Amino acid sequence: MKTFNIGGAHPNDNKISKDAAIEDFPIVKKAYIPMAQHIGAPAKPIVAVGDYVKVGQKIAEAGGFISANIHSSVSGKVQAIKPVADLAGRPVNTIIINVEGDEWLDSIDRSPEINSNITLSSKEIIDKVKECGVVGMGGASFPTNVKLSPPPGNKAEFLLINCAECEPYLTSDYRLMLEQPEQIFVGAAVIMKALNVDVCKIGVEENKPDAIAKLQSFESKYTGIKVVPLKKKYPQGGEKQLIQAMTGRYVGSGKLPISVGAVVQNCATAIAVYEAVQKNKPLFEGVITVTGDCLPVQKNLKLRVGTPMNEIMDYIGGVPEEAVKLISGGPMMGKAIANLNAPTVKASSAILALTADQTLRKEESNCIRCGKCIDACPMGLEPYLLIRYTKRNNLEELEKNDVFDCIECGCCLYTCPANIPLLDYIRVGKADVMGVIRGRAAAKRAAAQNKPENNKKEK
Amino acid sequence: MKKLLVSPAPHIHSANTTSRMMLDVVIALIPAMIVSVLAYGLPALTVLLVSVVSCVLFEYLIQRFILKTKVTINDWSAAVTGVLLALNLPACSPWWMILIGAIVAIGITKMTFGGLGQNIFNPALVARVLLLISFPAIMTNYTGPDAVPLTSMFASLAHVDATSGATALSAVTEGLSQGQTIQQIFPEGHNYLSMLFFGIGGSAGEMSALALLIGFVYLLVRKVIRPHIPIAVIASMFVVSGIFWLIDPSQYTDPLFNILTGGALLGAIYMATDYVTSPMEPKGMVIFGIGIGVLTMFIRYFGAYPEGMSFAILLMNAVVPLINKFVKAKRFSKEAK
Amino acid sequence: MSDIIIWTVASLTVLGLLLAVILYYVAQKFKVEENPKIGEVDSVLPQANCGGCGFAGCHAFAESCVKQGSLEGHFCTVGGNAVMKLVAEKMGVEAVEQAPQVAVVRCQGSPDKRKKTNDYGGASSCKVKASLYTGDTGCKYGCLGEGDCVDACNFDAIHMNPQTGLPEVTEENCTACGACVKACPLDIIELRNKGPKGRRVYVACKNEDKGGVARKACSIACIGCGLCEKVCKFGAITIVNNLAYVDFNKCKLCRQCVVVCPTGAMTAVNFPTPLPKKKETKKAPKASEITKPVVPPINDAAKTEAAKPIAVKSNIATDNSAKVQAKKELKTEKKVEE
Repeated sequence: MKTFNIGGAHPNDNKISKDAAIEDFPIVKKAYIPMAQHIGAPAKPIVAVGDYVKVGQKIAEAGGFISANIHSSVSGKVQAIKPVADLAGRPVNTIIINVEGDEWLDSIDRSPEINSNITLSSKEIIDKVKECGVVGMGGASFPTNVKLSPPPGNKAEFLLINCAECEPYLTSDYRLMLEQPEQIFVGAAVIMKALNVDVCKIGVEENKPDAIAKLQSFESKYTGIKVVPLKKKYPQGGEKQLIQAMTGRYVGSGKLPISVGAVVQNCATAIAVYEAVQKNKPLFEGVITVTGDCLPVQKNLKLRVGTPMNEIMDYIGGVPEEAVKLISGGPMMGKAIANLNAPTVKASSAILALTADQTLRKEESNCIRCGKCIDACPMGLEPYLLIRYTKRNNLEELEKNDVFDCIECGCCLYTCPANIPLLDYIRVGKADVMGVIRGRAAAKRAAAQNKPENNKKEK
Repeated sequence: MKKLLVSPAPHIHSANTTSRMMLDVVIALIPAMIVSVLAYGLPALTVLLVSVVSCVLFEYLIQRFILKTKVTINDWSAAVTGVLLALNLPACSPWWMILIGAIVAIGITKMTFGGLGQNIFNPALVARVLLLISFPAIMTNYTGPDAVPLTSMFASLAHVDATSGATALSAVTEGLSQGQTIQQIFPEGHNYLSMLFFGIGGSAGEMSALALLIGFVYLLVRKVIRPHIPIAVIASMFVVSGIFWLIDPSQYTDPLFNILTGGALLGAIYMATDYVTSPMEPKGMVIFGIGIGVLTMFIRYFGAYPEGMSFAILLMNAVVPLINKFVKAKRFSKEAK
Repeated sequence: MSDIIIWTVASLTVLGLLLAVILYYVAQKFKVEENPKIGEVDSVLPQANCGGCGFAGCHAFAESCVKQGSLEGHFCTVGGNAVMKLVAEKMGVEAVEQAPQVAVVRCQGSPDKRKKTNDYGGASSCKVKASLYTGDTGCKYGCLGEGDCVDACNFDAIHMNPQTGLPEVTEENCTACGACVKACPLDIIELRNKGPKGRRVYVACKNEDKGGVARKACSIACIGCGLCEKVCKFGAITIVNNLAYVDFNKCKLCRQCVVVCPTGAMTAVNFPTPLPKKKETKKAPKASEITKPVVPPINDAAKTEAAKPIAVKSNIATDNSAKVQAKKELKTEKKVEE
């Protein structure tokens, strides 16, 4: 069975919520829709306080080339447009809507039948995807229309659909595979047309045999799309690891997957593309897994963007006493929630509750140079060295040791027997080096334009 | 509203801990410890106890009173050093010699460099070598006034002269220097099977190759060590020894003999694989292992000492930082065309 | 026997001479030509190599001074005016003097004043904590308490107080090298003039949220009310983004701002006498110095702001539209000294 060759870790997959069928979350009374839900410039609101909006109505325009439109997930009156704290406490411009009823735009096709007849052209598809504000649902939230428009000189050879869901506890993609498999296929077919490729591979980890079987049953109906089972290993769902496992190609340092001819899309994104192109439905809702061993129930909830997370926790009975940490996302790469009142965004995938035993960090001790961090790193880096250079602020050596290749998967910290907070520091070092590299590139551009520029190198 | 815990990802951790890995090493050495006690009786047990207790005690005293830092004896690393030191000493070692060994191993080789994870040289080996050079008579004499001779069962199986207590290797050095050939030193040849089980006499840990191999398998299964270093050491010893033996069997001992004697297995499996003093990546580990194997054979064949593994490991320990710097593992970015 | 001795002595002597010649030749050939003045200047520097001057070590500082030919833009904070005088002598130029500075921590948000809203469980580094989120309290501008500043200091001049969770500067040791300033990811530490007799007045807060929000998060926060700005005769105080700032070049240490500050964010350090009454001329301070910061009691008189216009503030540089939020809820709590 295929897998990626370098590094990896084996956390227990703990898919305790896998039997929770997707259920609709009751519509909120007030929706808080942030303007920054994607990589790139925040969107700019195009409605005003007091306006009445319908479900699916565009309420914010993309703020730049790399940005996305945002659509209302509820119907009601705009109460305010102001900064609201996100889950980390940082203020983000947000449109707050007082919900009235559930009135959708008439243009949205709400019928349950699968529309597999793709009538739009490649360019029309990309424009439709852009108009509907589709972004990557795998966590990175990259604007999909930009991904579907390779920069000049790059040609897409195949499409890879990422159904790996390698993070423990998460099952939203799994449930989508079981309950909406054909939508994934049509979505993949739409994207294939947009990219002008005829090869598509859907990668699924082997711990989901029923999903694999379900998907394989559609292979005969849609030409060019094949299901590829993958060995269960974290982080199989990482873009570069997925490409290497399924195609054998390695994406170079600082390069995009398109440089090896690959375009990777999460399966939920494929469904979002299907709904946008075939059903005229913009992206305003998603499935999140609410899970954790200490929770009384396990749920996969379909909810509207802008739902405050504390309401989700109330719905399942409140935050249990034993839960010390709530995570937006999975346990390996998710973000710990500091502000539970923050709303969900397009790429929200889960709320995970962990107990003290499961998550409290043990005391740090000396590095014994066992090399387990190097074995675990899927990018072949040397975390013990990177943390040393970060602590000494040696940005030159960090750059030489390819710190910017770090995908922040967490395998190093997970494996370290001495409980050294490797990734905490490496992340910071990586950010510093990225700053220096960007500064260098900017200075180069300025010099090329013959502008006198003070090339200040940061210490 | 309750206060949530906030920290950067990842939020879970594997069950690996330093102390568990060290404990696994001690467990892996239990078969060897049992064999040594069976062979040498109470003195061997005494050496073991004195060594472990003194190593742990010295670490506690140094950390608590001299360095005034956190006491970390519960990570079992001092205990591991104690066990390895004991298995490297003759069963009849006097208690004061063991104490000196412990203070050198923990105090000088480990603590002065900064404690766990900071030492360049293997602590147990530095202590052994220092004792070997300082007290050669005691260290090479495997009987003595306090020694219990090998139980007769072992004496017959083990290829050792129960009264003189010389090991097979030292017999070789002796004999060769007196102009004998290998065939003359060992007229009946070797009983390899018995050597495998009960080895050739020597220090407490060198007795049973089988016991050491059981421990090796345990460590591999528990993922404590990787097989690269031991295999590289043994393979290179085999190859070098084989070349010379094929050239002149009368002057050079055969490969199998070399692997089963003189603490080769103990060194290859337990001493060379010490995390702190060995390279961190597989390619580097192989280079390290080959270096040890070659050096051991050269010291055994051409050096003054009959047994070369300790020196070889220490010499290669010095080269490890260089190996770590220049021999890197497979980088994802480098694999891309 | 004597033969051996003769041969030994002879051979060693010849070897020694040969090596001496080689060494001399090599030393001459590979000598780094350097202006001898650089070495002279270097010799009077403190040799701390702390980088506080902005150069890579004392030798680099000396090199730069000599190459430039003047002391403009060069100042060794560790050695201070004494060392700069020596450097000036060596170089034969006019001595430059700078007011001695000290690191000042602009946050007083201890747990009793600034409640914790979550628990931080990551690596003990302010930089890591700051990059993760806005902190474990309601104030996202305040000290994170993990001690990066302490780690950065080469002079044992800053330590974390375990009760308050805030760093405290040991003035005698601080050389104003700026390492802690660089280390703090939230720019809480500032280099300010030490002041005459070590006295200084500053706003010990960095909170730029609106007054109500700031006060809710921390009881000793600056709420940007503007009372200090109004009362300052010397135009030393400006309010920008709901936060007051005292310009140490203009401040005359009258402490009227400290008197009127409703929250206690305005801090006066090393004043031996109690606070002056409002609008009184300042008395000559006593010679004895106390190192504890004197915390003023709030007098209720400040509540009734009889708006007697104070001397015209002619040097107020900023034209900031400072919102004068006259807070009615002045607490009369007595602030406890640590």
